Amino acid sequence: MTETKNNWLAACRVEDAVENGGVCVKNGDEQIALFYFTRRNEWYATQNECPHRKQMALSRGMIGTLTDEPKVACPFHKKNFSLKTGECLSGDECAIKTYPVKVEDGTVYIAVNS
Amino acid sequence: MNKLKIIVIGNGMVGYKFCEKLKSKSDSFKLIVFGEEPRRAYDRVHLSAYFSGKTAEDLSMSTASWYEEQEIDLYLNNPVTGVNRVTKTVSTLSGEQFSYDFLVFATGSAAFVPNIKGIEKEGVFVYRTIEDLDLISAYSKNAKKASVIGGGLLGLEAAKALIDLGIEETSIIEFAPRLMPRQIDMAGSEMLKSMLTDLGLQILLNKNTSSIAGENNIIGLKFSDDTELAVDMLVISAGIKPRDELARQCGITVGPRGGIVVDAEMQTNDPCVFAIGECALFEEMIYGLIAPGYEMAEVLASNLCAQSKSFKSFDMSTKLKLIGIDVASFGDPFINEPDCRTIVFENKHKGIYKRINISNDGQYLLGGILIGDATAYNMLLQTSVNRIALPENPEELILGSRGGEQAGAGITSLPDEALICSCEGVTKGDICNSVTEQGCETLDGIKKCTKAGTGCGGCLPMVKDLMLHTLKAQGKYVRNVICEHFNYSRQELYDLIHIHELKSYDEVLDKLGESDGCETCKPLVSSLLASLWNEMILKKGNDTAQDSNDRFLANIQKGGSYSVVPRVAGGEITPEKLIVIGEVAKKYNLYTKITGGQRIDMFGAHLNDLPIIWEELIAAGFESGHAYGKGLRTVKSCVGSTWCRFGLHDSVSFAIRIEERYRGIRAPHKFKSAVSGCIRECAEAQSKDFGIIATEKGWNLYVCGNGGSKPQHALLLASDVDSETCIKYIDRFLMFYIRTADPLTRTATWLNKMEGGIDYLRNVVVNDSLGMAAKWESEIEKLVDTYKCEWKEAVENPAIRKRFSHFVNAPEEKDPTIEFVEMRGQKRTPEWNTSNQI
Repeated sequence: MTETKNNWLAACRVEDAVENGGVCVKNGDEQIALFYFTRRNEWYATQNECPHRKQMALSRGMIGTLTDEPKVACPFHKKNFSLKTGECLSGDECAIKTYPVKVEDGTVYIAVNS
Repeated sequence: MNKLKIIVIGNGMVGYKFCEKLKSKSDSFKLIVFGEEPRRAYDRVHLSAYFSGKTAEDLSMSTASWYEEQEIDLYLNNPVTGVNRVTKTVSTLSGEQFSYDFLVFATGSAAFVPNIKGIEKEGVFVYRTIEDLDLISAYSKNAKKASVIGGGLLGLEAAKALIDLGIEETSIIEFAPRLMPRQIDMAGSEMLKSMLTDLGLQILLNKNTSSIAGENNIIGLKFSDDTELAVDMLVISAGIKPRDELARQCGITVGPRGGIVVDAEMQTNDPCVFAIGECALFEEMIYGLIAPGYEMAEVLASNLCAQSKSFKSFDMSTKLKLIGIDVASFGDPFINEPDCRTIVFENKHKGIYKRINISNDGQYLLGGILIGDATAYNMLLQTSVNRIALPENPEELILGSRGGEQAGAGITSLPDEALICSCEGVTKGDICNSVTEQGCETLDGIKKCTKAGTGCGGCLPMVKDLMLHTLKAQGKYVRNVICEHFNYSRQELYDLIHIHELKSYDEVLDKLGESDGCETCKPLVSSLLASLWNEMILKKGNDTAQDSNDRFLANIQKGGSYSVVPRVAGGEITPEKLIVIGEVAKKYNLYTKITGGQRIDMFGAHLNDLPIIWEELIAAGFESGHAYGKGLRTVKSCVGSTWCRFGLHDSVSFAIRIEERYRGIRAPHKFKSAVSGCIRECAEAQSKDFGIIATEKGWNLYVCGNGGSKPQHALLLASDVDSETCIKYIDRFLMFYIRTADPLTRTATWLNKMEGGIDYLRNVVVNDSLGMAAKWESEIEKLVDTYKCEWKEAVENPAIRKRFSHFVNAPEEKDPTIEFVEMRGQKRTPEWNTSNQI
């Protein structure tokens, strides 16, 4: 088994994130959608690309819940993805990648594979 | 107590379903399952989804812990190699022995591989398991041309998988003269073929492959008609053969052409041994579909629990989407004259073929085929299975009624035993019962309670209709509640927000809703807040509750860029302003197009550029055109009496006045208007939500027209009124609409649902029958007075402006993935980057 090491990417300051919404974080060539679910006091990060039509859009999607499961709806065709597991909750699109997030001293960090 | 031991050989979909069903019925058995594959039972029906991105785990029928929780011993990668029916034991590859009380064969089937010369070459695959798919996927990286042998259901699925893998040229080779020979007729096959050809698939019918060319690796196919085809890889999908070798070895009776012979209780010639699924042969038939497999699992599980149940020859009706194309067949699709009468509808333009076979006396539906559009499938299947008497004009079942009424026998005429969900075997009675007896009032509730719609999901529209119908029949007020977060209708929520004077989405959710919202209630509440208070929609807290386009005050386009549409009221624009649009478009490299609403749309703006573009436009005197909002779009006009020799009044001036009055007001849906200067109606006012036409004596006001997918002429609300009266009526009409329409309902649909129709509406608007006129007029007045250009506010507010950047950690950088290609001297977006394209 290969061991993957997490690198904590300093994504932004807490005040730069959008309350109850998403922002897009650049990590080299990779785009990560970072969500600040203020209502639940939770942070989530997923890939920014929606697998349905391969659009860099999820960070601009609306977040919410489906029977208490936090989710994001792609702004293009409203495909829903769980923010916790990345699983597609509407139809049979493939799951999206999720990343661990932590906040320290007002800075938001995303765990990216080194 | 010693539990009876049941050994299940095979861990496929049916084997899994059997375990699930047996466990749900009784706890008095010990289940031991042996699987040959290395992974738990997975959804083989949707195998091709593996190539469009689903993982093996996504396809899995259960979680890893399920077997443990159910106390089922699961042995994977460990096939049973021998059965001793005398000692009632099985031995496995690992060399162990296990004893059983009952033995269940759920060994499924293997791909049938025809005996073609060269079939052993590298690059030839079968399409059956995830392991097969992994091999195909690995090999496809160096392949440009691929073929599938077999034009049946699975063959077409395999072809889709090859397209998904990025193979440039894929062909399907079928021995029979038509595709899907078990399901559809020649004419249906022709239609399907032409649609698949349009998608880039090559279809070869009547082709018998005689040999496979190549040294070690396949390089081509040779056919019996001496033609050849160069291919780099080949997938065989020429049918299935039941896995009966183990049963055969231990002396269980098998059919002459394979398959373990079972009776209606799924019992073999040994009373302790059973077979279910694709390895079982019932009345000389192998059932290669999932629904009958599940039914066999149900029958066996019931009988083991002493509930008598027997398997009856199963309806092989099927509906599926192949590469985006609906294909369905039901009942007896092939029965012909003189045994029946057929009605055929064919539309080559849209790629639709429908055939129904009806009894000679015109009473019953015997079967049929649907290609390209299978929306009528559920109803047709029910009509045929339940022998419901056909309507007088049975052609309406496939053509739709031309009288406006819903065609055919509705759900009310279905008997209680009508099977609605064939995957899970749920009847109409079960569904109605879950509503009346168990209090299910939502689709999710019914799904949980009955399992209906949890398989392929095809029956869900019908389940919903049944639910609504049952609720209504019970005298329950069927409320159109918004979503799981708000147990109110839009109209109720409007009043509540007004009464409680709530100003932000979170306040509304805290006070009136529950949990954390979703993409249904957020834009709806935002629209209500805007209609009521007319505050800047991107105010902190409400910004993220706006619909995608409102959020960035622009329409998101394919690829992730945005469009920019300044208001051109009434379609009137000065040369100076035209030049500004031209210059801005040139500077920011935007594609320009004249819209249907007499203005100019600029496409292809990066999110980062939107504020600066708008700053320039605003400096030149433009304002937001609200093309992104659910509100007034445009008021189109003809040139009117200022230039036109026929014009009666100045339609342009009136259009500008109207457009400036109602600009920016948010409504349940977008609305459009137009003003024509005479009866020639060059502005097409009668296709608008409200339209005004000049008469000798004043204006005629028409309402609730619509263009779009379901065109509807506007109806005359008032005639020969002066300008002031006309505006007063529009004020009242709009407020009535804003207050009472369901979400995302255009005025035309709103009127269609209104009891009393246009006469009632006229009474409310013109005669003030509700006594609301003065209030509505003042409410509109307030909205008019508080209007501000959203874009002006946005560019002047640093906090809002900050949000117009793609990367939070690199605000200057634009999204590097946005691409454009050239066309006719301008740019355009590339096609969707996806494999599911039609």
